[in-house]
Amino acid sequence: MTPNMPHQPEPGAPLLEVRNLQKHFPLPGGWFSRQRRVVHAVDEVSFAVQRGEALGLVGESGCGKTTLGRLVLRLLDPTAGEILFDGQPIARLSKAALRPLRPRMQVVFQNPLQSLSPRLRIYDIVAEPLRTHGRATGDDLRGRVVALLEQVGLGAQHLDRFPHEISGGQCQRVAIARALALDPQLLVLDEPTSALDVSVQAQILNLLADLRRRLGLTYLFISHDLSVVEYISDRIAVMYLGQIVEIGPSAGIFATPKHPYTKALLNAVPEPDVSARRELVVLEGNVPSPANPPPGCRFHTRCPLAFERCAQQEPLLQAHPEPNWLVACHLYEERNETP
Amino acid sequence: MSDALLAIDNLHIAFKTGRGMLDAITGVSLEVQRGEIFGVVGETGCGKTVTGLSVLGLLPKSAVIKQGSILFEGRNLLALRKDEMNDLRGRAIAMIFQDPSTALNPVFTIGAQMERVARQHLGLDAKAARRRSAEMLAAVGLPDPEWILGSYPHHLSGGMKQRAMIAMALLCQPSLIVADEPTTALDVTIQAQVLSLLRELRRQFDVAVLLITHNLGVVAYTCDRLAVLYAGRVVETGPTDAVFTAPHHPYTRGLLAAIPRAGSKGAALVAIPGSVPANPGAVTGCAFAPRCAHVFARCHTESPALRPLTGDRHASACFLTEGWEGRE
Repeated sequence: MTPNMPHQPEPGAPLLEVRNLQKHFPLPGGWFSRQRRVVHAVDEVSFAVQRGEALGLVGESGCGKTTLGRLVLRLLDPTAGEILFDGQPIARLSKAALRPLRPRMQVVFQNPLQSLSPRLRIYDIVAEPLRTHGRATGDDLRGRVVALLEQVGLGAQHLDRFPHEISGGQCQRVAIARALALDPQLLVLDEPTSALDVSVQAQILNLLADLRRRLGLTYLFISHDLSVVEYISDRIAVMYLGQIVEIGPSAGIFATPKHPYTKALLNAVPEPDVSARRELVVLEGNVPSPANPPPGCRFHTRCPLAFERCAQQEPLLQAHPEPNWLVACHLYEERNETP
Repeated sequence: MSDALLAIDNLHIAFKTGRGMLDAITGVSLEVQRGEIFGVVGETGCGKTVTGLSVLGLLPKSAVIKQGSILFEGRNLLALRKDEMNDLRGRAIAMIFQDPSTALNPVFTIGAQMERVARQHLGLDAKAARRRSAEMLAAVGLPDPEWILGSYPHHLSGGMKQRAMIAMALLCQPSLIVADEPTTALDVTIQAQVLSLLRELRRQFDVAVLLITHNLGVVAYTCDRLAVLYAGRVVETGPTDAVFTAPHHPYTRGLLAAIPRAGSKGAALVAIPGSVPANPGAVTGCAFAPRCAHVFARCHTESPALRPLTGDRHASACFLTEGWEGRE
């Protein structure tokens, strides 16, 4: 196959597939000792996202969810593993080779005031990708920008404003309009509502759900907030210390979580409801450093159900009897010994 | 006169800015009883942090207190001299801030920072101050207090730092702790630890907490009573159970409906249209009127006062309270 020939994906193949992906960051230091320590930010992660699907990625700070999002977009270079976008391996593509793929995968970041240039007017922010990729010029360009703004609930009256002149929620709408400018297939949403107030968060979540339905978009939705992830996603992957510990259908994960960490995460969230007031399940201890993860199951130091094997042997992400569900926990393996 | 520990009455605070005066608080009244966890909840810019800072006497220089009073144990904090306030703050009124990484001094050990507080406010000698600090670190559930005392903030995780902050706040057995978003910078599993700790410490030390937060879940779990702030005013206040089971003010209802909850998938979230007014002081009538679904003519001309609803001390600042009895 010549490099210039367009890649032909198999029919029915996932839009995005990640295989044994790893990203190690070297720690500063190692000046006196030869041995450099590395943080295993993402360690042997595999998953697939089907066309039109929304996969939620949840976990606490430092679990590697943001790093994973950036690897998928090739904003970071993976240490090992493969990324298939529309069937095409992209993990080791050069910048030049990636360029034609870039319009098809776009990103919305957490804080729009940081991700939008403060010196550009809204018009130029949304027009920039269209100009860069030569999609439109002149009056056509202006029309496209207005159409994009209208699609996210803004309008021509916002064209000449600067980001600081509009509210945080409106800024995030501009960031979404910019991400949609090149008709992408995949949108990586990295905590898109975490910087917003709840009343505005609801507006943005409704907009994202609506856009996915209308445009048939595929989402990789990254958040620390479980209820937000559930609202947007068809399936959810839960990460702990660089690894996926559970992945399954969103409604199922909420109704009957399998992994002890997922259960703990769900039960630690205080609900805005007094009728169902319950004691929060308080996990003991702190999240261990990803530079020095515990041996065996990485969660065993905090797991209320840990038994002997958990400290010795690393559990693999394996199929659970329920469909489309994988769990990495010794409790769900073939039980040769009693837990 | 009430026997409340803290009584804020009709507080108005404005800020001097390059473009004139900006009203941050336009009438906040609330009372915190001894040993009570009282939640102040609202969105960005509602004035909840300014309310907390005013109790601590830590308002920036550009702030102007236009009217109102803050009574703490019967004394008006706004009338105190600077040295009187300095003595009170840290001893009788302590504080916990959002981000423990920036609230702790990075160049001193936890021990040095805690001992200084203990020596200044309690007049302890070095040895007694260290012993007292170690006791408090143990009280907040930190393992190996001696090791923590010798550690610098960067040696500790976020959750440990916040516990150390709480231990520092408890050193002088204050009767009130002002906690501004104490768990916002923490992960949910660590947040659960800190909230449980706050409830436990209240039982153990009988300390009142003014808990400032944007998170209604945190309020529902932790607080006995709460006040909902919007655009610098209390729009609804009452016991947590009453406000959550029968929210009255359209803003409180909107906030509760806007939160995505487990199991609600598929149903669209009820967003509140629009955004908060930039200068609440410039609004005539009810500040929520432009975003309210139940708005009528009077809302644009007249500002509603807090009026009692049925039930124990539950009140709402909305014209719909008139004739509330028997509705719904």
